[in-house]
Amino acid sequence: MSTDTLLQTPLHALHLELGARMVPFAGYDMPVQYPLGVLKEHLHTREQAGLFDVSHMGQIRLVGADAAKALETLVPVDIIDLPVGMQRYAMFTNEQGGILDDLMVANLGNDELFLVVNAACKDQDLAHLRQHIGTLCQVQPLFEERALLALQGPAAVKVLQRLAPEVADMTFMQFKPVVLLGVDCYVSRSGYTGEDGFEISVPSASAEALARHLLAEPEVAAIGLGARDSLRLEAGLCLYGHDMNADTTPIEASLLWAISKVRRADGSRSGGFPGAAAIFAQQHSGVARKRVGLLPQERTPVREGAEIVDEAGTVVGSICSGGFGPTLGAPVAMGYVDQAHAALDTPLWAIVRGKRVAMKVSKMPFVAQRYYRG
Amino acid sequence: MSELRFTEDHEWLRAEADGSVTVGITAFAQNALGDVVYVQLPELQTYEAGAEASTVESVKAASGVYMPLTGEVVAVNDQLQDSPELVNEDPLGEGWFFRFIPADAGAVAQLLDQDAYDRLIKANADA
Repeated sequence: MSTDTLLQTPLHALHLELGARMVPFAGYDMPVQYPLGVLKEHLHTREQAGLFDVSHMGQIRLVGADAAKALETLVPVDIIDLPVGMQRYAMFTNEQGGILDDLMVANLGNDELFLVVNAACKDQDLAHLRQHIGTLCQVQPLFEERALLALQGPAAVKVLQRLAPEVADMTFMQFKPVVLLGVDCYVSRSGYTGEDGFEISVPSASAEALARHLLAEPEVAAIGLGARDSLRLEAGLCLYGHDMNADTTPIEASLLWAISKVRRADGSRSGGFPGAAAIFAQQHSGVARKRVGLLPQERTPVREGAEIVDEAGTVVGSICSGGFGPTLGAPVAMGYVDQAHAALDTPLWAIVRGKRVAMKVSKMPFVAQRYYRG
Repeated sequence: MSELRFTEDHEWLRAEADGSVTVGITAFAQNALGDVVYVQLPELQTYEAGAEASTVESVKAASGVYMPLTGEVVAVNDQLQDSPELVNEDPLGEGWFFRFIPADAGAVAQLLDQDAYDRLIKANADA
């Protein structure tokens, strides 16, 4: 297949030099794995530190005295009281309460917000922001301008503090400007693996030098999208377009925790975001189906799209993400199931190649998150 | 040990002294699949040529392993149940999948030999 039309991140040449196997992902030519392989890359991240190129994701800056107030009209999250130097998880909702994308929002101070959105949604998100709040604040896409690296794993802090000692004092979801190798970066103590770690927004021109420097540290290995997927799945984290989409609400996606208290039905700034009425109605009356964790009881991996049946063989849902969890040493999955079958420990079956695979509704995360909370 | 034969689906076959034929997937195939995490082995029964007798699951996806010739499966490599990684580590040895008795004993020799298979790999790489 021709890869001529695929976009490249600033680290593309480095990936090829490292021997990565490249695949098309969200319009980009991205490394799915390096010679180490998905299993070892996954385990290395949990044991030491992994460096991920996530530059395909969209970085957007909002500027203006009303930026926080404006963004609150698009997300069910408290942005107005987001402290300077903090980041928060959010999602854009539509009029039906469906999720248009999920994102991170950081408060840079000086009336500036910094957003990180999914690669596959970034053009649509940018248009959405411009259409709805483009007159209330400046909407500045940084897609070409900045790269994004994630350094994840228990050794991440030890590695990054060699370049900037102050990062050791940051706690989970803190965000601040940090100079790395003489370059102005934004560092957040966050990520999408369930491990302690950092995401580093770096000017594109300086990304390769920073990546090479980090990879030269003895604890760090380059990690591809394959392991990124198994790491986030073990951590119980949603992948947009799979575990949620425009037809699933935050309630159905089991993301009620991400709707800030002040924006809920009984909150002091209740509603005021698209689909609020639909979401509040679901919160009040319950939903027909919801996202749950599922642990297959045998070694057969259960994958996205597989039907879920109850004991009688009636279809009660489907798998939205599934695969093998290298840290668990067993398959793991998430699925949407009818409310009646969503309780913990409910036995369910996935249909894999015509055969039933026994599963149990299970608590997430499957592997304990190890965020640094100070 | 007799020489290996191959299919275009990247399986290898080896005729054993007892008349059975051992089947596995090639080094090329395991490398393309990535880390193998599960193997669903065939039943001890007769399969038609081309039937999906077994399934190999890597971290990325599930792939069928097809019956290279019509025949009866007489043994499976139970070691793969607990150690599917043997498919990656030793594809031509400890990572074998199953043994079968071909309906036509002469058919194995009609499959690709090492040279022909190597040319196939090269053609794939150049494509």
